[in-house]
Amino acid sequence: MNDISIRVENLAKKYDIGKAKCRHDRLRDQVAHSLKSVFRRNGRPHREESTFWALKDVSLEIRRGEIVGIVGQNGAGKSTLLKILSQITEPTRGRVEIYGRVGSLLEVGTGFHPELTGRENLYLSGAIIGMKKEEIRRHFDAIVEFAEVGKFLDVPVKRYSSGMFVRLAFAVAAHLDPDILLVDEVLSVGDAAFQKKCLGRIGNAAKGGRTVVFISHNMIAVNSLCERVIWMQGGEIVEDGPSAEVVSKYLAKSGEGTNVSEEVWDEVATAPGNDSVRLHRVCVRPVDGSPSDPITICTPFVIEADYWNLRAGAHISLSLLLLNEQGITVLNTFPVIEPVWFKKPHPEGLFRSRVYFPGNLLNDGMHRILLLVVRDQAEEIYSHEDVLVFNVQDSPERRSDWHGKWVGAVRPDLRWETELLEGSDALDKKGVILRGEP
Amino acid sequence: MELASERTTRKPTVVIQPTKRLLQLDLAALWRYRELLYFMAWRDIIVRYKQTAIGASWAIVQPLISMIIFTLIFSKLAKIPSDGMPYPVFAFAGLLPWTYFSQALTRGANSVVASSNLITKIYFPRLLIPLASTAAPAVDFLFSFVVLLVLMAWYHIAPTWGLLALPLFLGLAFITAMATGLWLAPLNVKYRDVGYVIPFLSQVWMYGSPVVYPVSVIPEKWRLFYSLNPMAGVIEGFRWALFGKGSPHFMVIAISSSVILALLLGGIIYFRHSESTFADVI
Repeated sequence: MNDISIRVENLAKKYDIGKAKCRHDRLRDQVAHSLKSVFRRNGRPHREESTFWALKDVSLEIRRGEIVGIVGQNGAGKSTLLKILSQITEPTRGRVEIYGRVGSLLEVGTGFHPELTGRENLYLSGAIIGMKKEEIRRHFDAIVEFAEVGKFLDVPVKRYSSGMFVRLAFAVAAHLDPDILLVDEVLSVGDAAFQKKCLGRIGNAAKGGRTVVFISHNMIAVNSLCERVIWMQGGEIVEDGPSAEVVSKYLAKSGEGTNVSEEVWDEVATAPGNDSVRLHRVCVRPVDGSPSDPITICTPFVIEADYWNLRAGAHISLSLLLLNEQGITVLNTFPVIEPVWFKKPHPEGLFRSRVYFPGNLLNDGMHRILLLVVRDQAEEIYSHEDVLVFNVQDSPERRSDWHGKWVGAVRPDLRWETELLEGSDALDKKGVILRGEP
Repeated sequence: MELASERTTRKPTVVIQPTKRLLQLDLAALWRYRELLYFMAWRDIIVRYKQTAIGASWAIVQPLISMIIFTLIFSKLAKIPSDGMPYPVFAFAGLLPWTYFSQALTRGANSVVASSNLITKIYFPRLLIPLASTAAPAVDFLFSFVVLLVLMAWYHIAPTWGLLALPLFLGLAFITAMATGLWLAPLNVKYRDVGYVIPFLSQVWMYGSPVVYPVSVIPEKWRLFYSLNPMAGVIEGFRWALFGKGSPHFMVIAISSSVILALLLGGIIYFRHSESTFADVI
């Protein structure tokens, strides 16, 4: 009971869309509107009162030292929740209790003025986000070092590159030492090395016993930093639990709209195909699972296709192209060695072909399947684009410290070996100048 | 099982809930954030003088030119009296507090809209915003005050001991600017055309204040009504403090001050009432 950091009880926030629509931005319009309504016939008020509830009855408790991630689609209410916790906007109903000093990072570079130098902006921004002058002075050198702006410190910020700007802005924010840290997707700016620094910083803050609440769309970062994740949707909390679990459910659900992991066509007459072959069913699933189970980069999975062969004696086989999000063809696979039906004439009937994909081959992201039916391994009889669309989820297991987007059409798990060939005495003899510790 | 004595109920640092009370000054929060007030004022001043080639001299040039024009038109042409004092000094002495006031008013009224990027991203007592905007005009005032002293030396006018009352009248000007600004700033957030009204308001107000003419030209029967204008008391008092000419119209000053204080209190209440919706509406 006595180490709660944040307690939220039945929080609700309403925005008046109706009023905003016929809200008059100018006094003269407002006056005209009021006059008109005086003269309106029947005294019927012309008012579209439509309201939007950004938050509907949200309750939660966060204990001291917890690192909580908040995920959800855009418009779910995450930022609104953080704004209320930061006292930027007021709740319509409900109550929040906060124990400790709050530091909010809702944006990088809050308070920066382009005409001022880096040094001046450092002080200004520090003061704005809540640091005392003495604090800023104490951390001054550390901030400058973190930002790596060096000799540009006394140059007006409008001359900075966007990278420098972001580094300085975050450096200031990173040295804010609150009991509770609220972060809203600020890490989507900057290059990969910088993002790693930021995440490291946030992680350190958390280890120091601070409470961290972190909104992000970067599931890798969320998974690796947070122990607990809250999934919000439509202004309500949908899930609240251990990060791996909730993130997995969230990813599965968000792929749902576009994912096609299974499709069935019962009627031969209307099934896709032609007079030679018709598709009955296609699905993609983990080897020991069902089409609704999630697939990660480590999961071995299988693609199944059931099809009717309508011509007796046909030498047909399937060929499958796998494409990724960028439209690149990752691979093309067809049965080269297949034990039973390869190169044999097929009778009329319903066939099932399966192709097995090992885990740790594919990169993460959305993938689509182009299915081909081929005669005599060369002639294409039928093709079906996007017959399956599925998401391969990333997994923090094989990531170590790297949190950025992994490039490459595939991501196989290859064997690496490293050994020490020559020690420093051997290098010494060769006259190589050694520099010691970096 | 928890014993009641073991359960320590800590007092929350902050409780956030929909505000109901009308009058909540929360001066404690203002005090806690006093350093931020300093930084915001400092920022305004630096930015004002940084990139302008004219920079500081504009604070001097502008009232000087106005003084010349006023002297030509109001004194030479229209023959308006000036309480037995050289008109240029008379006008300049009126222009100083007036310029401070109108600058503080204009900046104050626009300050909230101008700080929209802060309001939507970070928390601090919003009263700091109009407060901080009165700092840069104060610096301008100091520069032109030096020029006033030079002018007085030129015309061989020695300042009187009433000089010590100067800060008092300046304080009154500050309060008037704040009071009006606190009403206009939230209105400007809601209705953006208010921002266009302000320069016009300022001009009209100037002619309704004893900047280019002394209060003595106002007929007796209107004087009470005239002194409802808070700046009337301020400018007359300013001149009296400097030159000792005539007795200060204490009645005028007293009425003006009560008006200002009422305006200020109302302004604070209105501002505090509106500030909870700034981030949503801006």
